[in-house]
Amino acid sequence: MSVFRDVTQAVPVAVFKLSQDFNNDQDPNKVNLGVGAYRTDEGLPWVLPVVKKVEKVIAHDDRLNHEYLPILGLPQFRSWASKIALGAASPAVQEDRVGAVQCLGGTGALRIGAEFLRRFHNGSNNTKTPVYVSAPTWENHNAVFASSGFEDVRSYKYWDAQNRGLDLAGFLGDLETCPEHSIFVLHACAHNPTGTDPTQEQWMKIAEVMMRRRLFVFFDSAYQGFASGDLDKDAWAIRYFVSMGFEMFCAQSFSKNFGLYNERVGNLTIVARDPDNLQRVLSQMEKIVRTTWSNPPSQGARLVAITLSDPGLFEDWKANVKTMADRVLLMRAQLQAKLQALGTPGTWGHITQQIGMFSFTGLNPKQVEYMVKERHVYLMASGRINMCGLTTKNIDYVAQSIHATVTSVQ
Amino acid sequence: MSIFSEVPQAPPVAVFKLTADFREDSHPQKVNLGVGAYRTDECQPWVLPVVKKVERLIVEDSSLNHEYLPILGLPEFRSASSKVALGDDSPAIKENRVGAVQALGGTGALRIGGEFLRRWYNGTNNTATPIYVSAPTWENHNAVFADAGFKDIRPYHYWDGAKKGLDISGLLDDLEKAPEASVFVLHACAHNPTGTDPTQDEWKQIAEVMKRRNLFVFFDSAYQGFASGSLDKDAWAIRYFVSEGFELFVAQSFSKNFGLYNERVGNLTVVAKDNENLTRILSQMEKIVRTTWSNPPSQGARIVSKTLNCPELFAEWKGNVKTMADRVLLMRDQLKAKLQALGTPGTWDHITQQIGMFSFTGLNPKQVEYMIKEKHVYLMASGRINMCGLTSKNIDYVAQSIHDTVTSVQ
Repeated sequence: MSVFRDVTQAVPVAVFKLSQDFNNDQDPNKVNLGVGAYRTDEGLPWVLPVVKKVEKVIAHDDRLNHEYLPILGLPQFRSWASKIALGAASPAVQEDRVGAVQCLGGTGALRIGAEFLRRFHNGSNNTKTPVYVSAPTWENHNAVFASSGFEDVRSYKYWDAQNRGLDLAGFLGDLETCPEHSIFVLHACAHNPTGTDPTQEQWMKIAEVMMRRRLFVFFDSAYQGFASGDLDKDAWAIRYFVSMGFEMFCAQSFSKNFGLYNERVGNLTIVARDPDNLQRVLSQMEKIVRTTWSNPPSQGARLVAITLSDPGLFEDWKANVKTMADRVLLMRAQLQAKLQALGTPGTWGHITQQIGMFSFTGLNPKQVEYMVKERHVYLMASGRINMCGLTTKNIDYVAQSIHATVTSVQ
Repeated sequence: MSIFSEVPQAPPVAVFKLTADFREDSHPQKVNLGVGAYRTDECQPWVLPVVKKVERLIVEDSSLNHEYLPILGLPEFRSASSKVALGDDSPAIKENRVGAVQALGGTGALRIGGEFLRRWYNGTNNTATPIYVSAPTWENHNAVFADAGFKDIRPYHYWDGAKKGLDISGLLDDLEKAPEASVFVLHACAHNPTGTDPTQDEWKQIAEVMKRRNLFVFFDSAYQGFASGSLDKDAWAIRYFVSEGFELFVAQSFSKNFGLYNERVGNLTVVAKDNENLTRILSQMEKIVRTTWSNPPSQGARIVSKTLNCPELFAEWKGNVKTMADRVLLMRDQLKAKLQALGTPGTWDHITQQIGMFSFTGLNPKQVEYMIKEKHVYLMASGRINMCGLTSKNIDYVAQSIHDTVTSVQ
């Protein structure tokens, strides 16, 4: 008899199950609009040219070795990554009150930040502090905070399905009525899955309420540069909040904007009131990291640090990022145009209004099922599509599939 | 006022503090016998030749990209790693009841295994299940299991300070008295920090009690190959327990035996009763990984996988491992010989009887302090020295320092 006989079978993660089903599908026209990774116009993964270049530099640099990194990670990576989010000229950076923890992708940064908050925010080990995530949000947010020990993970109003846009009134209402010190997970740009971001004016309103009601700001920044093509533009919200004097966390991922998905390159940026508070926070972050992964992996962090710290490579990288962002913008424009040309029922302006990798098509679960089963176009049950999955070769088929679906299934 | 104003300063991790102090010391004869990483006879870190070779192969391979690994990691890495621990011809592997989770070093493997046990072992979410770690043990064991949620972490008798060896009767007694279903963390070989392993007969006795009393076996295997120079010899205990029919976990680290400390290459090998149980276990492991690091880093796993799966590279690797193990054995011989030649009070046989990277010198805290402050020889407060820190150039100074310390300080 097994000591594990009562272990139940866990449900697979939806987005990976979708890719698996796609892989098993024999239909010649199949299209995968599921998992969030960039694809070229040939439908292939893309190793950024600057990444390939720097990998070779690293492999041939005999001064490098594999000694343990510090617990908090590669120092140059941490400071450069924080500067990317906050801006090198950021007063907070100049005032030495910005620190960072190199983490395992955005997930790792969220987890370490959440563990810290559970231990030290709003009392000690206060597992009851409400954590608010947007409705909808990335499917893993809820579970990361729950695994960190928070017992009360709630949603704040975000997506207005009726108007296919931001439910600002609902959002502000939740900010006004939530308990003080609640934690809010904000998407810095290119909201996943809706692709709908607050405008600058809307961010200002959000910030005003959060400051007044003493709510904790936890940015999730997985698409900087990827959303608009411009790093600074995509970081506007983060920088605005910093300029307003917030102490806050920002979980950064370099998976998408460096195409380094599998090297797990992330950074938890911490903005504190002053260096003394920062120091104590970082010392506790070390304790949390030490029992999770001890110290982080080197390869991806080295690569990003070398790229960001060299002016020529930095320009190469920005151009590679713009290549990706531009292709996505092109696909958005073309998909919308084709749906309009087909006379597909409904309005499709949201496809070009939304920003980043994803579009919330507005297709309902039955329509999604039809798309997957009848048309072999794979997308998330929420109606989310990854624009990167579209190519010049498949975009007509996808547009026709959406048309056929919307006209056949209600 | 900062929201972090109540966050206390955490004390630094002892072994890293020691290295920091060593770095700041300007004494010309200073020696670092603290942190556990291999050093050459020139006292330099060593990137294994096979690692350098494989890194270059990887960087030239244009068929590779950076797409996310599966949640459980690189499949070829996982299976090859489990084979290294269990043996190619392991019946458990043939019976399809061995699985694995690629993890962030040994720490990550222990953490994921610990989290799983806390959720699913001996009931559900049974945080009261006792976890036993050896007295003494690696300084991080306790904290990893505590952070996984266990409330009752206890020591089991291990080191006999008087006889400078294993307290086998104390160990067996603890096994007899532990509550049924208790979890025991066993060092597969090269016990850290004592360097003292059970003999094969002693392992058999341990296994007999553990089976009879239904205790859970959790091996920590961080030094396979590094201890004796032979992979198979160093895995004897693990393989014996598997052959005795135990369901067990093995947290494997490739930090030391591949010198890949900073790429965080680890593997949690799971041996289950049958494939059906294994499948359910792995599905739950996925959920735990997903909220910790989502999916693991590729670089280190690729290097290890390529090496283990290619006969020529595998042979080359074994040669590199033997080089390291042999240098450690040489330093052990020479240190003992020099202490005996100096007529240093006490017995010093334990230096060559102990195995692996570390030696438990038997120096007491006052003597350790003297070594550091007066002799600038840095070692852990427990008296643990890293043999790799010894070189043909510094060994006389270290032997002399031990001699002076033992004769001056009681």
